Amino acid sequence: MTAPALAARGLSKSFGGLKAVDALTIDVPHGALYGLIGPNGAGKTTVFNLLTGVYTPDAGTVSVGGALMTGKKPSDIARAGMVRTFQNIRLFGDLTVLDNVRIAAGVRARAGMFRSLLRTPLYLREEAEIRARSRHLLDVLGIGHRADEVAKSLPYGDQRRLEIARALATQPKVLLLDEPVAGMNTGEKQAMRGLIQLLREQFDVSILLIEHDMGLVMDICEHITVIDHGVTIAQGEPAAIQSDPAVIEAYLGVPDDLAAADQEGG
Amino acid sequence: MAEAASAPRPVASPGFGGAVARSLWPILVGFALAYAIQMALAPMLPDFYGKLLVDIGIAIVLGVSLGIVNGFAGQFSLGHAGFMAIGGYTAAAIVYYGSIKLFGTKAIYGGSLGPGELLLLAGCIAGGLLAAAAGWLVGLPSLRLSGDYLAIVTLGFGEIVRVLLQQTDDVVVAQAKAEATDWWRLLDNLGGGLGFIGGPRYIDAKNPFWVWLVVVVVCLVAYRMKYSNRGRQLLAVRENEIAAEAMGIRTTRAKVSAFMWSAFFAGVGGGLYAHELGNSLRPADLGFQKSIDIVIIVVLGGMGSISGVCIAAVAVTLLPEVFRSFSEYRMIVYALALILMMILRPQGLLGVKELWEVEWRDVGRSIGALPAWLGRAPGRAVAWLGGVGRDLARLPARVVSVFTGRDPDDEEGDA
Repeated sequence: MTAPALAARGLSKSFGGLKAVDALTIDVPHGALYGLIGPNGAGKTTVFNLLTGVYTPDAGTVSVGGALMTGKKPSDIARAGMVRTFQNIRLFGDLTVLDNVRIAAGVRARAGMFRSLLRTPLYLREEAEIRARSRHLLDVLGIGHRADEVAKSLPYGDQRRLEIARALATQPKVLLLDEPVAGMNTGEKQAMRGLIQLLREQFDVSILLIEHDMGLVMDICEHITVIDHGVTIAQGEPAAIQSDPAVIEAYLGVPDDLAAADQEGG
Repeated sequence: MAEAASAPRPVASPGFGGAVARSLWPILVGFALAYAIQMALAPMLPDFYGKLLVDIGIAIVLGVSLGIVNGFAGQFSLGHAGFMAIGGYTAAAIVYYGSIKLFGTKAIYGGSLGPGELLLLAGCIAGGLLAAAAGWLVGLPSLRLSGDYLAIVTLGFGEIVRVLLQQTDDVVVAQAKAEATDWWRLLDNLGGGLGFIGGPRYIDAKNPFWVWLVVVVVCLVAYRMKYSNRGRQLLAVRENEIAAEAMGIRTTRAKVSAFMWSAFFAGVGGGLYAHELGNSLRPADLGFQKSIDIVIIVVLGGMGSISGVCIAAVAVTLLPEVFRSFSEYRMIVYALALILMMILRPQGLLGVKELWEVEWRDVGRSIGALPAWLGRAPGRAVAWLGGVGRDLARLPARVVSVFTGRDPDDEEGDA
């Protein structure tokens, strides 16, 4: 077997005395749709920040397609093929939708500043390719008709779509989605679910999905890891996870366990 | 991969000659334009307006170059005059001592596009390169900072340049002595606090050619930068640095690059400034105040708009002349215009848009709303003054209360 698309081994991170993530190990196979879930404050976003190089792990390794990523800068990890979206949307707000995607699509372009200023044939070729690829991506994600609008003026659901389009434009091997349905209503959630499944079919990409909402993850992911207070409490297929007592306890709490209730509150 | 399915539209290969022509034709147009200004426009204008034309050109060069780092990359630099000074002094030294050593004269040498002017060009380019090198030196450590911290570092840089230039020795005025001294011994003879005096002035009201050629080049570079992949990466850094980094953009490298291009053209602009008749090249003239003047051009014109900065450069150069008749008050009018602008249009004249991207219907609506705003302004001013009056009226009672001693909670509230 080839190396998994994304492998995290024994990933740990503490902030002061707080262990935010403790010895997390996940293997995302090629083409998989992998779910990472946990209650609020479980350390999910910290995991994303560790994977993408925003934080340096205290221990453990991250590798993409077998290549070690630990200690690299976020930009280098993105170039190596792992790219993320943000829970609190971070678009290039004052730029157009097309430009948002073009920026990501051009990140590996070879023409430097001098060639760009001289508009050499290489630069013009790349620029045409970037434009065509970006337009195509916007069409696939269903926001092609908004290409010339300013990103921050898009409705919320389309902003999330644009974030995904922008991430895909970097031609990633691994796509990390940070709570893609946060703040959406039922109809928008349905549309996003369809979109995520479409991504798997259309793009050769493995997806790691962080969600707070159990329902979506149970429906579409084939592997799930559940964490609570940074500790992995369950790992496996959706059916097994659903009936796991530790998961139920983490999400619902146990009425007579005061210590657990306290921790939930904190 | 599916996204490759829509094959990019192939670009017709124009051959080498075609590629070069497509790359450089705007420079030729610019050359023709600058030449036309020199030959047709400048001779017609009285010297007063001719000098304004040159000043406008230099203001555009400085404004647009600062716009690359302040506007495109969103990094607030307060040290632009420092780069200008480096370029100006480098060019002045090359042209002054170079003229003596190469041509045996301190005066203007050769005619239009003659050896003297080519030396000026070489001096300006060398000044720009040295300024860019300084931009790299300053940018590499400091562009990891952002916002206020970066502004403070760049401000400090500008002051360091100014103070260093003040420490230099007098210009070697005697031609024979300059000829006899090795060139590297002359590097410290830049005039100190008195300024670099005595160089040939190739640029004046009748000779705006080089200034306007550089104007075309800097605008072309800024335009092509803004609408290229690399330039969009700068805009991405400005818009959201975290997202830019997460998409694979090497943000520090992009910022340093913007800083160096900006510094290069500031240096070239400084070289032009140093050779304009009537300008004094003194450290005191290229200090913090000059940096602020350039920042004002960029802020007024719009951070990220090339055409907006050009318009602002024209306005900021002309305004003091328009108000010269009541010159005691012109700085007040100037400041008021700035305050009004910040209240009414904080993003600057054109914001991030270019002149041809503006939706004029919106502009009409804004202008239509202006009288209503101004109509409300006196009312608001009266309300504000009323508030101040009430506070003043309460003041004696408060002062008394401090001495009579009321309960501690009230006193804390008053303090």
